Amino acid sequence: MIRYLLTKILEALIAVWGVLTIVFFVTRIIGDPAALLLPLGASAEQIDALNAQLGLDRPLIEQYITYIGQVFQGDFGQSFQFGRPAMQVVLERMPATLELSTAAIILGTLIGAVAGSIAALKKGTMAELIVMIFALLGQATPVFWLGIMLILFFAVDLGWVPTGGYGTISHLILPAVTLAVFVCSSIARLLRSNLLDVLKEDYVRTARAKGLMPRTIFIWHVGRNALIPVVTMIGIITGELLGGSVVTETVFAWPGVGRLIIQAIEAKDFPVIQAGVALIAFIFVLINLAIDLLYGLLDPRIRERR
Amino acid sequence: MSAPLLEVRNLSVVFDTPAGTVHAVNDVSYTLHDGETLGIVGESGSGKSVHALSMVGLVPCPPGRIVSGEVLFEGRDLLKMPERDLCQLRGGRIGFVFQDPMTSLNPVLTVERQLMEPLLRHRNLSRSQAKSRAVELLELVGIPHAKERIRQYPHQFSGGMRQRVMIAIGIACDPKLLIADEATTALDVTVQAQVLDLVRDLKKRFGTTVIWITHDMGVVAGLADTVQVMYGGRIMERGPVGPIFKTPRSAYTWGLLRSLPHGEARTQRRLYQIPGQPPNLLDSQQGDPFAPRNEFATPRCFHEVPPLVQVPDSTSGHLVAAWYDLPMALRARQEKPA
Repeated sequence: MIRYLLTKILEALIAVWGVLTIVFFVTRIIGDPAALLLPLGASAEQIDALNAQLGLDRPLIEQYITYIGQVFQGDFGQSFQFGRPAMQVVLERMPATLELSTAAIILGTLIGAVAGSIAALKKGTMAELIVMIFALLGQATPVFWLGIMLILFFAVDLGWVPTGGYGTISHLILPAVTLAVFVCSSIARLLRSNLLDVLKEDYVRTARAKGLMPRTIFIWHVGRNALIPVVTMIGIITGELLGGSVVTETVFAWPGVGRLIIQAIEAKDFPVIQAGVALIAFIFVLINLAIDLLYGLLDPRIRERR
Repeated sequence: MSAPLLEVRNLSVVFDTPAGTVHAVNDVSYTLHDGETLGIVGESGSGKSVHALSMVGLVPCPPGRIVSGEVLFEGRDLLKMPERDLCQLRGGRIGFVFQDPMTSLNPVLTVERQLMEPLLRHRNLSRSQAKSRAVELLELVGIPHAKERIRQYPHQFSGGMRQRVMIAIGIACDPKLLIADEATTALDVTVQAQVLDLVRDLKKRFGTTVIWITHDMGVVAGLADTVQVMYGGRIMERGPVGPIFKTPRSAYTWGLLRSLPHGEARTQRRLYQIPGQPPNLLDSQQGDPFAPRNEFATPRCFHEVPPLVQVPDSTSGHLVAAWYDLPMALRARQEKPA
């Protein structure tokens, strides 16, 4: 087990390093930050001076080595825009992203699990058809469009909730629902197909032959086995949402990490982009590790192979 | 003789499939007495498993559908019983042992939990009582170090051991009737012999009535009191083991027995094989389902279903569904009956 964990951590470090490297070189391609930071009509000398100040005049390899070295000390450099440590800027936005994604995941998982179960247990009925149509629509609807429609209807027409912004629960409702629609559709569809597969398994027949109550069979014999792939999906979605749901955060003016990174890309604020992406990569890796461990809890065969 | 434990009357089961209606079980009737062991033999698709599963509501419905019949267990009709009452019977009064313990046990639950489930459901036991009973059961079916092994998962057991666990689950609540569906088919011969010994021992100790479903005539010979040969969803022949093996009256039984390897036959001639293919149960049947493969079939066999009747000159209870007279036909061909 310890050996397994160590391997996983090593893998994670390599993954994060890979992401850091790619981000470093990609940001260097997208343009010249000094030209953007200085007012229009700045002279070439002024641009060179700023580049020297930001350390962008040195050879790329030298920049890269310095950068990696600093990252290992937890230093992502100063934000070009804000003049403060880049990681600090990113972390300040984390609570908003965390709040939104947690709300969306919980809401989406609960509704998705119930809807998926209904669709599987009531196979061939109207209930299944309705659930599946909504799930398909939910998965296919672009998030930005749904977000705008929700704003138009609930915020502009009905005036029940604010159109955007951050602060109270009422600010959270629309963006959380927008994201939850996608989450719950994906989970409902996956869970339904898994449940239908598991319901055909011989061990479910054995459970019925034991005379167990339908509820016991569903929770212990069907549900648990059908959940294993769903856990993976929840993990992947969580990773995506925690990395900041760029579109939703932008539509609802939600001050999260996703929106920050978009702003940083526009401003060519390299340190913030790098810090943001590094954080997202780290979260992803952490969640993958958590899923792996959860697998072991759900399925003893996987636990044993370690 | 006392009232039968199980009485099946005119049971017919169909499956509604996109290709049409499959007539899986056709008008099956028989009785089973307390303490009797019934071996049901037949090839895949003969309806032997489906008829047993349909009796206790274990055939998925849809696509399965019970068209007609009565199944009286201790005098009560199982087919008319509400699901709640059936649930009480399953695993309690009626135990099951399924084929392929690899897939019939839940891979993510410990053997302990799977064994305790029927005990907690049907017996008024506390968790700790159920736990110790579960260990007893594992010991009873011959699993060494039961106390430690019970906490393991099915994949940590060998095939034979898993089948033993399956049997322990089947007999957990001392069922009146134990239905074993191809319980030894997935096992190699030595393990199969051990499992059969175990079942014989359990029968002797608890007087359990057993329905043993298999395609293996050899297993039936060693275990059953009564043999019931099924084909195309019908009973072709039924009776005490002795007469059936000595003087089979159905050409299908005769064919099954001839295709068993005998001591001398092994070296002298090729094993017999029944010509043709199993019937397509999609079409509604006319006549004896075995007629197209039957070298002794008479013209009547092809358009009229033979009733299952007592063989005139054989032991009481030896029934056959055939229009032809097998011993006579064999004598005419100068062949031994089996």
